[in-house]
Amino acid sequence: MSATSIAFLLNGRQVHLPPGTSPTTSLLDWLRGPAALSGTKEGCAEGDCGACTVVLEGAQGDRRPINACLTLLGQVHGRAIRTVEGLRGADGAPHPIQRAMAESDGTQCGFCTPGIVMTAWAHAREGGEVHEALAGNLCRCTGYRPILDVFAGLADDGAAPPALPQEAATVFEAPGQVFHRPVTLDALLALRAAHPGAWLLAGGTDLGLRVSDHRERPAEVICLLGVPELHALQATPEALEVGAALPYAALLEACRREAGFAPFAALLARLGSRQIRGLGTLGGNLGTASPIGDALPPLLALGAQVTLASVRGMRRMAVADFLKGYRVNDLAPDEVILSVTLPRPAPGDLFVCEKVSKRHDQDIATVGAAFWLRMEDGRVAEVRLAFGGVGPIAARAPRAEAALRGHVLNAASLGEAAEVLADEIFPLSDWRGSAAYRLMVAQGLLRRLALRGSNPDLPADVASYAVSP
Amino acid sequence: MKGAGAALRHDSALKHTTGEARFLDDTAEAAGTLHAALVLSPIAHGRLLALEDAAARAMPGVVAVLGARDVPGQNDIAVNEPLFADGLVEFAGQPLAVVVATTRDDALRAAAAIRAEITPREPVLSIERALELGQNVVAPQVMTRGDAARAIAAAPRRMEAEFRAGGQEHFYLEGQVALATPGEDGEMLVLSSTQHPSEVQHVVAKVLGGACHRVTVTCRRMGGGFGGKESNASWVAAVAALAASATGRPVKLRLTRRADMLATGKRHPFLYRWTAGFDAQGRVLGLEALLAADGGWSVDMSPGVVFRAVTHALNCCDVADVTITGCAVKTNTVSHTAFRGFGGPQGALLMEDVVHRVAAACGLPPEEVRARNFLGAPGKGEETPYGQKVEGDLIARVWAEARQDSDWDRRRGEIAAFNATHPTLRRGLGSMVLAFGISFGVMHLNQAGALVHVYADGSIRLNHGGTEMGQGLFVKVAQVVCDVFGTDLDRIAITATSTAEVPNTAPTAASTGSDLNGWAAHNAAETIKGRMAEVAATRFGIPVEQVIFADNKVWAERIGGNVVLEFSELAKLCFLERVSLSSTGFYRTPDIHWDRATMRGNPFFYFSYGAAVSEVIVDTLTGEHRCLRTDIVQDCGRSLNPAIDRGQIEGAFVQGMGWLTCEELWWDTQGRLRTVGPSTYKIPGSRDVPPIFNVRLLEGAPARSETIFRSKAVGEPPVLLAISVANALKDAIGVETLDLPATPERLLMALARREG
Repeated sequence: MSATSIAFLLNGRQVHLPPGTSPTTSLLDWLRGPAALSGTKEGCAEGDCGACTVVLEGAQGDRRPINACLTLLGQVHGRAIRTVEGLRGADGAPHPIQRAMAESDGTQCGFCTPGIVMTAWAHAREGGEVHEALAGNLCRCTGYRPILDVFAGLADDGAAPPALPQEAATVFEAPGQVFHRPVTLDALLALRAAHPGAWLLAGGTDLGLRVSDHRERPAEVICLLGVPELHALQATPEALEVGAALPYAALLEACRREAGFAPFAALLARLGSRQIRGLGTLGGNLGTASPIGDALPPLLALGAQVTLASVRGMRRMAVADFLKGYRVNDLAPDEVILSVTLPRPAPGDLFVCEKVSKRHDQDIATVGAAFWLRMEDGRVAEVRLAFGGVGPIAARAPRAEAALRGHVLNAASLGEAAEVLADEIFPLSDWRGSAAYRLMVAQGLLRRLALRGSNPDLPADVASYAVSP
Repeated sequence: MKGAGAALRHDSALKHTTGEARFLDDTAEAAGTLHAALVLSPIAHGRLLALEDAAARAMPGVVAVLGARDVPGQNDIAVNEPLFADGLVEFAGQPLAVVVATTRDDALRAAAAIRAEITPREPVLSIERALELGQNVVAPQVMTRGDAARAIAAAPRRMEAEFRAGGQEHFYLEGQVALATPGEDGEMLVLSSTQHPSEVQHVVAKVLGGACHRVTVTCRRMGGGFGGKESNASWVAAVAALAASATGRPVKLRLTRRADMLATGKRHPFLYRWTAGFDAQGRVLGLEALLAADGGWSVDMSPGVVFRAVTHALNCCDVADVTITGCAVKTNTVSHTAFRGFGGPQGALLMEDVVHRVAAACGLPPEEVRARNFLGAPGKGEETPYGQKVEGDLIARVWAEARQDSDWDRRRGEIAAFNATHPTLRRGLGSMVLAFGISFGVMHLNQAGALVHVYADGSIRLNHGGTEMGQGLFVKVAQVVCDVFGTDLDRIAITATSTAEVPNTAPTAASTGSDLNGWAAHNAAETIKGRMAEVAATRFGIPVEQVIFADNKVWAERIGGNVVLEFSELAKLCFLERVSLSSTGFYRTPDIHWDRATMRGNPFFYFSYGAAVSEVIVDTLTGEHRCLRTDIVQDCGRSLNPAIDRGQIEGAFVQGMGWLTCEELWWDTQGRLRTVGPSTYKIPGSRDVPPIFNVRLLEGAPARSETIFRSKAVGEPPVLLAISVANALKDAIGVETLDLPATPERLLMALARREG
């Protein structure tokens, strides 16, 4: 291994950073500083406002908006980034999207605008629901109406995909820092064994925050982005096998496509924002073991398994056993999370994912829940009820499950289960909600299951009604 | 159409979308520029014994650590409001010191390494507790008309109530930032993201112990202000200037989002207690109310906020016998400050609570009760309790139009049908009508200056005291100047606000930006135009009254005639004739006065009116809710720029909706704010905007006061229209009152209480 320089495409041009550049400098700081590209703004430095949105251009022409504040330079090695300065045509004329946004009164103070323009540029190609596209971009001035008008009329510019640089570099060094970028699983496991204290960096939506917001400068980082096994996605009739470092964006696409996973897809569409989903990973949610990770209740409800790897070998365990306590998991110091196996719900199974938060999009759950039930002869044969945000870890509610098992699923049985729930979850009070409220919501979500189960054609939540005509 | 009244886009719009528009932090830094970071108190109240900063001083890059003792002038940014805590710590987040270092990261790391030794004291953290202790930053202001106590006692029915409204973080996307560059002879050039360059100038001069003529403050644009950069920008700039003065090098202070949210003031939370007497028809006959604002630890702008809350407590309604008492209590929290509406929205909540509770008691729809109490309704007066006449016809008109636009009656039926069938979801309809007084409550602030130059090539340079924060002030004022000269907008250079060009300015606030600066620029341009017309008249050999400026030309007698000069030709001619092509312009709002002792007067130049209807849906299992549709009719007089005004209405409404629904400031039991970033403090996202959002300007209603081109201010009034959403939520869940913000939690708890 020899130290090499970070190289990537920026606005279509090859960039080689000087050796010794800190690989954990945020892309945003680098753009606004050494690169003198000040169009990309810092609004919050925590990946929530979107003023720093830039686009990751894929080799297939796909465009993934990401938060430059959470992205570290080492992560963009070998990739292609486009910023608001890179949208102008060859003749220097503003991009049609830039014109449209200006001419439709889509800007007032203009500080959020470059980020919104980049989100629009990606959306013009990627498509999808407009609020889902905009969830990661806050605007405090316009009330969004003119921006939504522009989004409704976006057209793809047909620009060709970038020719990604083939970069074999595997380690970047800076004074007091080393950033490993293994490209095989064996190399990763060997590095992990040798450096158990290093940051394991995949999307960086959590660790990037420590750099961007807390201004930390880690000494050792092992980046997972170059390891193919961690990005695999395999669908079988029984399950989805998801690489731990696969971005949520790719998982969301798969869940939309794959039979049985639509409820999980609907939840993933509310996990963070497009920018966060472009970076964040299932492995990250499990790695931090935070009780409020959106993806954890569905994993528990589905009975998902996690596969761990180390130089000692591989092991597989239930997610429920992997989560040990508040931000504590069963990962050994030399282990990495390789993949997650999501059992596929069978036709006829009831699988529901819920999330209650102050804001529908780009918010952390006050209460998250996921329910999986298998019926036999009109009665609950098997059931898994999982909750997040109501205790130190995301966990199942075995007593409420027991209260349902063997019963007809209706308002009465769910009401019973909801009562039992009060004896087995003990939420805390914080800024997202009081303990009393969290319990009421957890119970309410169980009661809502009656409606979802008995009358799937009648929308049971407010979001279903708040749609544009 | 090019001038006043044209729906021109924001002058910087294309620069915003291409990323070319330079915000303060986008400017290339001069070599040697240092960076500053604040040390904030982790404790809400106590005695500051020492700052352990030895370790920080030894850290890489650190150049200086400065605190209260290093202030060469006064350690005071207002009246008894220290820049840095000196002895007494008054809130968690209070600046204790500043670290200056060669990079921002070095400064932030060193600031984090400084430990403050503080002997804690019991903090006062609630309005209730401060009221018990009788500690105020603004002593009670009492506005009385008639005999409220007697009217309440004599009324057929009587009611007492209490409720609360929360504060609001501005969440301007561009945080507070200033760059100070020292010059010779004690000069200091300060680039500041500020709504009030003159106050930045005063505060910097005061802190440095110098005079204003050595301090120049400029601001090209802000990335949002909303009142948050009216007074708070000044101390941020003063810290940068202090550090620049101490080190002799340029210093930039750009607050982290967390520091910004911890250390800068917010919208005032309010506690309301009221007693009303009313009749069976819902007419309110007497009202006594206390509006207690949480002022936080210092005075800041609380007197003005209390004044506006008190003068807007009856909003569009009339109560003959009334006593409104407003005060701002002192608590150990951040000092609350200006925020779009400036106490007006909080004031208006009072009458809405009265209307809704009285309506419930009478078994009447709240809309009916409100209309029966409108200023100018049968049996009701048309004058505010402080003695100012209001246009009751416009109140009735905006409500009638909004009601009709919303198809109120049909949708009432639809909603009732839905609620009767859906097992768990409930829809609701709510409304709001507003009457908002326009002018600064502090009379002397109702003035503005402008400086216009016409160059010999016919190009025009415009400068005025107003600042651009996204509201489109610069383009509106430029349109006024275009209108005067008969020229296109592209002939006018819009320039950064600067205390060196227009001195002694008012803040850009209270919605008055275009009213004041529009007139000032108009007057400057008219002065130059008058001189140019003389020159043209001589050249044409006609009376000066027959010179016409239009279409970038100057015409003799009629537009399109044969005798004409290009505007640029005339400018050149004036130069050759040695005629001045530069002028200042000045404006002071006429006919306003206020007697603080009697709480009476004509404090407002005019009123702005508006009405809204909103529909919501609520999940009774979780409290989750969404706004489904809003219809708005807003009075903008004869709009200077309908596109800009519409943007202001939409933006203000959504911001107001955030205040009343999802935005919640959460302090822990020790008085530490815990919602200090967008991950925990949730402003509305695009999905929260009503999917059906019909906004229109009231037509054919030029201002009756002599405003600039008969336009009306628009920045703040539509914030009040968001109260329609809170009212719709009450309707949906069948309660007559709600503490605000109406988060899902508050709704679910209100439902639980209603069901016992």
